[in-house]
Amino acid sequence: MIPPAPCVLSVERLEKSFGDVRAVDGVSFHVAPGEIVGLVGPNGAGKTTTINMILGVLEPSGGRIEIEGVDLAVDRSKALSCTNFAAVYAPLPGNLTVEQNLRVFGKLYAVKNLSERIEKLLAVYDLTRYRRTKAGVLSSGEQTRLSLAKAMLNLPRLLLLDEPTASIDPSNARDIRAGIAKFVDNGLCGVLWTSHNMYEVQAVCDRVLFLSHGLIVLEGDPKTLPTEHGAASLDDLFVNVAQEALHDGSGR
Amino acid sequence: MNGSRVGAVVLRMLYLYRGSPQRVFPIFIFVAIDILVWGFLTRYLNSVSHADFNFVPALLGAVLLWDFLTRVMQQITMTLFEDVWTRNFLNFFASPLSTSEYLVGLLIVAIITSGMSLVVMLVLAQIGFGLSFLAYGAALAPFLMVLFVTGIALGVAASALVLRLGPASEWLIWPIPMLISPFAGVFYPVTVLPGWMQAIALILPPSYVFEGMRSIVAGQGLPWDRLAIGGALALVYLVLACMFFFAVYRTVIRSGLIARYSAETVS
Repeated sequence: MIPPAPCVLSVERLEKSFGDVRAVDGVSFHVAPGEIVGLVGPNGAGKTTTINMILGVLEPSGGRIEIEGVDLAVDRSKALSCTNFAAVYAPLPGNLTVEQNLRVFGKLYAVKNLSERIEKLLAVYDLTRYRRTKAGVLSSGEQTRLSLAKAMLNLPRLLLLDEPTASIDPSNARDIRAGIAKFVDNGLCGVLWTSHNMYEVQAVCDRVLFLSHGLIVLEGDPKTLPTEHGAASLDDLFVNVAQEALHDGSGR
Repeated sequence: MNGSRVGAVVLRMLYLYRGSPQRVFPIFIFVAIDILVWGFLTRYLNSVSHADFNFVPALLGAVLLWDFLTRVMQQITMTLFEDVWTRNFLNFFASPLSTSEYLVGLLIVAIITSGMSLVVMLVLAQIGFGLSFLAYGAALAPFLMVLFVTGIALGVAASALVLRLGPASEWLIWPIPMLISPFAGVFYPVTVLPGWMQAIALILPPSYVFEGMRSIVAGQGLPWDRLAIGGALALVYLVLACMFFFAVYRTVIRSGLIARYSAETVS
């Protein structure tokens, strides 16, 4: 059941099959404004497939996705205009400078007062000195910061982050987590955050969804879930869930 | 259709051209070389031929018009390849940008760059070899229009193939104009072709342009009705090419290919 407003993201019985393989098998969840939801699971669990469907670049085999109450299948452009994302596997064009990238994507998202917004994001993500540097020659950490700056351009109501701090050193990662948490604190934006870093999930997420073999097998507060399931830490719980799913064959 | 989003696709290419002479150079150099080589060849043919026939408007004009079509097609596909090479499809198509806005963006870039190529060719052919396009009279505009629409149709269809078959299909795309040229009667009347090739020429819009051009050069005037058929065919191909692109886009969205485009797979 899709819960009533005010969800920024509602996913109902989402399915995706590739031939005989069910990559996502009837997943339902929601993200509320001001909430950071972690989507975790072993490799191949269906996290990126789920995110790709929410981003409109992969058509679901079944189910429904609503962003800000707009059905993605009905009005893709409207739904995605209040969404943005950053993923390690989607670097911005390396042959454009930092500023050019932000300007192009700012126009794509029809950002008002774009120049002002760009200046602010360059400062926030410590990219001002690289504004005329081609994105392709930035370090992986700087590229990640650029991707995050791009993801914040349109002040998204729904932010999808696929391992956003994977290439960043611990100090910068902490700053970035704090920045995103602060952005979410305004209560307008909801975040769906995938990560293999359970420390990070525990630190930033209000709720975590364990995905395995395309199913949500566990859901709850990442700070209390380990105790509730007799695990020493979220890391241990992750391993237990992944192994159980593995032994179970399908995880069902 | 959102102007800001279309503008973003165009702006990206303008940034690339502005900061990269190696991208600007090919807009001029290949067409300029073609005009020079064929200009001198036609001048030589005029000097050795005893026939009362001017090769300049027939051959050099044909080269210019064919190069124009080729440039239009290549500019559409080049713009798409910029997204292929930078693995940018996911960033673009996970944004509010619609497929039609993306295509219109490609089209605007093609209009700007192929227009620049055309101006260079016209100036060189006029100054270097005395090819006056006044010789074609009012027909020049419809000639260019039919070739432009055909070039766009080819570019859009080629882009769909790239989207479907992956980055390596680049090698299938570039020779497309060469494959068409023998049938299009660029340098010779379609009547010299064997029957089966003539049948193919009948469904190719450029063949009507080049037949019309030769008709004008021979002093027989332009068969407007034939050119109208070419124009109608070009429009039909443009519609079919767009439908093909949209169908391929739906396929790659269904298969997830666009999200993992660099995998070079046709699955």
